[in-house]
Amino acid sequence: MRRYSAFAIAREGARYHQGWERAWNSPVPKKKYDVIIVGAGGHGLATAFYLGKNFGITNVAIIEKGWLGGGNTGRNTTIIRSNYLQDPSAAIYEKARSLYETMSQDLNYNVMFSPRGVIMLAQTQSEIRGYQRTAHANALQGVTTEWIEPARVKELVPIINLDGPRYPVLGGLWQARGGTARHDAVAWGYARACSDMGMDIIQKCEVTGVMQEGGKVTGVQTTKGDIACDKLAMVVAGNAGDLAGQAGFRLPLDSVALQALVSEPIKPCMDVVVMANTVHGYMSQSDKGEMVIGGGTDGFNNYTQRGSFHHVEETVRALIETFPIIGRLKMLRQWGGIVDVTGDRSPIISKTPLGNTFINCGWGTGGFKSIPGSGWAMAELVAKGEPGPLAADFGLNRFREGRFIDESVAAGVAH
Amino acid sequence: MSTRLADHGRLIDRSKPMNFEFNGKRMKGYEGDTLASALLGAGQTLVGRSFKYHRPRGIIASGGEEPNALVNMGQGGRFEPNQRTTTTELFDGLYATSQNHWPSLEFDVGVVNNYVARFLPAGFYYKTFMAPRAAWKHVFEPIVRQSAGLGKVPKDRDVDTYEYFYHHTDVLIVGGGVAGLAAAKAAAASGAKVMVVEQTAHWGGRTPVDGGEIDGIPAADWIEATVEALENMDNVTLRLRMQGSGIYDHGYALGYERVADHTPGDGRPRHRLWRIRAQQIVNATGAIERPLSFAGNDIPGVMLAGAVRDYVVNWGVSAGDRTVVVTNNDDAYRTALVLKEAGLEVPVIIDARAAVTSPLAQAARAAGIRVAEGKGIAKVHGGKFVTGVSICAQAGEGSSLEEIKCDAVAMSGGWSPVVHLWSHCGGKLIWDEVQAFFRPDPARPPLSHDGKGFVLTAGSASGALGLSDVLTDADAAGKAAGKAAGGKAGRKAAPKAAAEVHQAMEPVWIMPQGASIQKRMKMWLDYQNDVKVSDVQLAAREGYESVEHTKRYTTLGMATDQGKLSNINGLAVLSDALDQPIPQTGTTTFRPPYTPISFGAIAGEAKDELFQPIRKTPMHDWHEEAGAYFEPVGHWRRPYTYPKPDETHAQAVNREVLNTRERLGLLDASTLGKLIVSGPDAGRFMDMMYTNLMSTLPVGKCRYGLMCTENGFLSDDGVVARIDETTWLCHTTSGGADRIHAWMEDWLQCEWWDWKVHVANVTEQLAQVAVVGPNARKVLEKLGGMDVSKETLPFMQWADGTIGGFDARVYRISFSGELSYEIAVPASQGRAFWDALLEAGEEFGVMPYGTEALHIMRAEKGFIMIGDETDGTIIPQDLGLNWAISKKKDDFLGKRAQLRSHMVDPDRWKLVGLETLDGTVIPDGAYAVGEGVNANGQKNVIGRVTSTYFSPTLNKGIAMGLIKHGPDRMGEVVDFPTLDGTGTVIKARIVDQVFYDKEGAKGNV
Repeated sequence: MRRYSAFAIAREGARYHQGWERAWNSPVPKKKYDVIIVGAGGHGLATAFYLGKNFGITNVAIIEKGWLGGGNTGRNTTIIRSNYLQDPSAAIYEKARSLYETMSQDLNYNVMFSPRGVIMLAQTQSEIRGYQRTAHANALQGVTTEWIEPARVKELVPIINLDGPRYPVLGGLWQARGGTARHDAVAWGYARACSDMGMDIIQKCEVTGVMQEGGKVTGVQTTKGDIACDKLAMVVAGNAGDLAGQAGFRLPLDSVALQALVSEPIKPCMDVVVMANTVHGYMSQSDKGEMVIGGGTDGFNNYTQRGSFHHVEETVRALIETFPIIGRLKMLRQWGGIVDVTGDRSPIISKTPLGNTFINCGWGTGGFKSIPGSGWAMAELVAKGEPGPLAADFGLNRFREGRFIDESVAAGVAH
Repeated sequence: MSTRLADHGRLIDRSKPMNFEFNGKRMKGYEGDTLASALLGAGQTLVGRSFKYHRPRGIIASGGEEPNALVNMGQGGRFEPNQRTTTTELFDGLYATSQNHWPSLEFDVGVVNNYVARFLPAGFYYKTFMAPRAAWKHVFEPIVRQSAGLGKVPKDRDVDTYEYFYHHTDVLIVGGGVAGLAAAKAAAASGAKVMVVEQTAHWGGRTPVDGGEIDGIPAADWIEATVEALENMDNVTLRLRMQGSGIYDHGYALGYERVADHTPGDGRPRHRLWRIRAQQIVNATGAIERPLSFAGNDIPGVMLAGAVRDYVVNWGVSAGDRTVVVTNNDDAYRTALVLKEAGLEVPVIIDARAAVTSPLAQAARAAGIRVAEGKGIAKVHGGKFVTGVSICAQAGEGSSLEEIKCDAVAMSGGWSPVVHLWSHCGGKLIWDEVQAFFRPDPARPPLSHDGKGFVLTAGSASGALGLSDVLTDADAAGKAAGKAAGGKAGRKAAPKAAAEVHQAMEPVWIMPQGASIQKRMKMWLDYQNDVKVSDVQLAAREGYESVEHTKRYTTLGMATDQGKLSNINGLAVLSDALDQPIPQTGTTTFRPPYTPISFGAIAGEAKDELFQPIRKTPMHDWHEEAGAYFEPVGHWRRPYTYPKPDETHAQAVNREVLNTRERLGLLDASTLGKLIVSGPDAGRFMDMMYTNLMSTLPVGKCRYGLMCTENGFLSDDGVVARIDETTWLCHTTSGGADRIHAWMEDWLQCEWWDWKVHVANVTEQLAQVAVVGPNARKVLEKLGGMDVSKETLPFMQWADGTIGGFDARVYRISFSGELSYEIAVPASQGRAFWDALLEAGEEFGVMPYGTEALHIMRAEKGFIMIGDETDGTIIPQDLGLNWAISKKKDDFLGKRAQLRSHMVDPDRWKLVGLETLDGTVIPDGAYAVGEGVNANGQKNVIGRVTSTYFSPTLNKGIAMGLIKHGPDRMGEVVDFPTLDGTGTVIKARIVDQVFYDKEGAKGNV
């Protein structure tokens, strides 16, 4: 792999960029791999990357029914934070956040991680208490967060209206090293690095069946033929229930559409990410200048990846209340992504009833920020056959035991 | 240079001049102008700067597809960035400035990007700016952010108002061109209820520009007559200035009506958002012309041929004196003819097709216009304006054959149907090889709930381009929609126009076809985002082969026009680079809205005071007059405390607690949820909803009850009163009333639909006052009425009667440990009753108290609070509430879940009291730490505080918390680290959670 750098751009510029090589290969699948990962989204690609990097396993195929990074990796609002309440969540999200810090250098691909800071606004007394609890928990978890007063909120977000007639801002939970990254670049950077390690990324290849023998997986049937494997990792988010069905087991998941939208671009006016859970909305400004806005999940299950309108209304109202200057901006585009939500809104990184088959799903509305941590933990699970400490609490058995990791405690809405 | 012509301009009224200001220059236009036509009329061809390279940008189109001509418009509370000049109707006093440049439009230092553009190809930023690590956030990104963005940031709050309309119709027709009108006529004849929306201020679309006859009369007359006929039909609604912005599932469509954009400040709402539910939707959305990709096609003065024609005919404005027309199809010849007819020069029509013999070409030749066949543009000369073009052979690589001086270029790469709305909700497209465009596939429409299609297309939106075909197609669509929506089958003939003879267009994706890389780096696809042919080819070379990858890597089609001009050309170039047919490449996803719609319109009336209207108790005004400090609780606002002018909130709270404990306190408890559960199966139902046995509660008695989720977690609590044999009244928490009501209905409607139970939420029908303190009985007795003595109304009973003449239901319950009555009166009597209590209570030291005093008193007494002691992960057993869980019942919601292994784990944290050793208050949210760290390096924790207060009664800090093995560790001391930055650790002793009046002597009097 030829390294990317300013020098490389100058060199290629001199010859009109005719010499750039492919970022990743698109080979025909081999007959057999050590590990097949289904799903070339951020989580699947990160799993592959850390399988190679941490465990030296590179005879790996990543199979994707559409185009890589085309699911929720390419549809989210790109927020990265780790100010979670429960220990297992904080551990994996902080691992992810810390890996984001060096991702551009690790992948030699600028994913534009920008620790611009994330504020979660407190607008009720119970939110104040909730975020103060999170701040205490984070201090013990090694996650740097801090409770800030309204004046500091205003300093960080000059366009905010602290004294809204309905929900005055009473303070906030501030994570200075949270921020945003360029979502597509995360998938592309991982894909390039995986391809460079000799892994095969096979796009437009849909899995149609899971082959098994004696309670263990032997391979997958795909639209590009049968492919054998020793181990199978399912990392397909909203379609997890479907794929698990092919392997013969069920998952405690609901698939619902999560709504998002952007405004037309304007010059920089908001440097940090602001989340307002009481009024249900969050907003940041992209490097292009668009206000990137996240809404809630629809109240019904579906797979259409379409936006519906009523959540957009609620979200936009909430944000005009919080940021009055956006009233005359315009919505450029709205869309939806299918998120797979578990009963406790925490992910599943787990062995499955089928031998040598592992599943990573259920990230719900928190998938993008967790990508590197999720990949790290999943790679360990696949390589060793047993979960490491990061994944240990996220097993499927927790639903049977009632050992939930419930984050809605801290934030009732999308996270 | 563009200018205003002495004649032409069917839409402007020259007797009504209007003044406006652009970049500080006073300019003149006419009523009927768009801002774009007025700017061109005033000779302003340079109107903005592009996104990435800050290249000069001029107006290119005449409608909503315009990518370049966006301005900052208005001032103060009416300032709006990124306003599209082509869809902005001119008004007197309009104020606009151009965007994305510094220091000025004419001289922009950002253009330095243009000079090094060779080193800034698509996606260059993914390959650099990586070292040193901190530089991205602190150096590179701020530069990128500052040079990106387009419009200025608004400074003020919007001063305009917006509103919503809801509308049901049988047939919605989007687009008021001849296709929309013909479809409307056919649909309306079926008897169906029809609505037609047109985004511009005029009916007829582009047809009046091109003329022709319909049913034997001039097209413009037919349009006028048809509109008049439709207006006179009761079943037809017509709306101008209203865009069909989005189509959603089940026939839901958004209409975006720009009511007063052109008459700002006239008192009407600025925009109106229509939520339309239609059985059938007909998209008569027309077609958009495609640019051609030749070097320098982005220089101001290069415009779409159709737009050049529109400006002359509609607004009497010429794009230039000498206009070169370049095309691959017949339609652009109309532009040449119009220009010629207007007395302007057309030095040449450059046609990529080898031999052109169509009637339009012959007409052009007959008008004396030279037609250069098989030719293309090698290069446009100029910088901020066009000075000429070099002609080359389309088949070659771009050697200049001759240079022609001109000041405008009218280009046409063919037309593409507007398929956006068709695609919003899942309609599929097919590639039309002959016309080289994607058009809706009628066999695969968006499907409704019944599995049938609910969207049709009419006219050019279907791919019909000639007037005759358009009318036939539209009439059929209108008839089909009317019938599908339940109307009569139509038998009237379709409107007729003469068939036209056209010579087939020839797809030309690059001009010339063999252009060198240097030329391809100057061929713009996306004008706003600066994406060129070479960028798309680079993306393909680097493996970004999916059309979505290419879009995201190059930003093609991601600008505010969402690729209306660029997408087809871009994916054709991509397909060519990948050596695959265009349909295999496919399109990116079309998302709503069609063009951007204002946030103000989306929010509608729901802003400021109307954003989540505040629920008010009957006593709310009194609280406000008393200077209460409020806290939001659900949609209510409850008094947190009533501070006196010289008091802090904490002082006020302490005063309220002490006064209640020593004398008499009043709490407005009206927000408390009150649900009536009634019916023959109500007892059975109550036993399922609550952990307690409620069916056996005797009439007249009260019982404290707990409700759990299916997962066993405590979700709400409150006192239940048995009203009669079949009726219970359930008190819920203030924030939980609506949720619990919905929860009950959920079970009744979805699971136990055969149970005979009604639930009514009467929260707002009753005002409720807690009369609390040693003097509580005295004040009630003074008011007089029913017997509230200990004997007649003992603890945990209720009775109906009158108090001071008010009809009242009195509950003898206490959340403070004091002698306490909660008294419900009809909401209409609430304020009078409150006033009466205050007056009568004066001699007993009455004082209202707020929610914080309520919280402190219940904590002193060791009572739990939903939301403090619970957080969705707590089961009643954690809180020592086993006594409230019936063991006699077979089942209740949560019972099975509470048997799961983790729920019965003896290591679960349990509720205890906490008393700090030094009397200080443990901070909210603090955790108790244990030894060492866990496998993830996190400090081990053994518990946390759930409620923590300074107790004015005991004059020290008290708390409750959940501690591992807590009840077995009474007397032990645990550590709570604080966040004060100095490493302070508060030590607290585990004690009984009841701090005050353990024996219950105070309340039981």
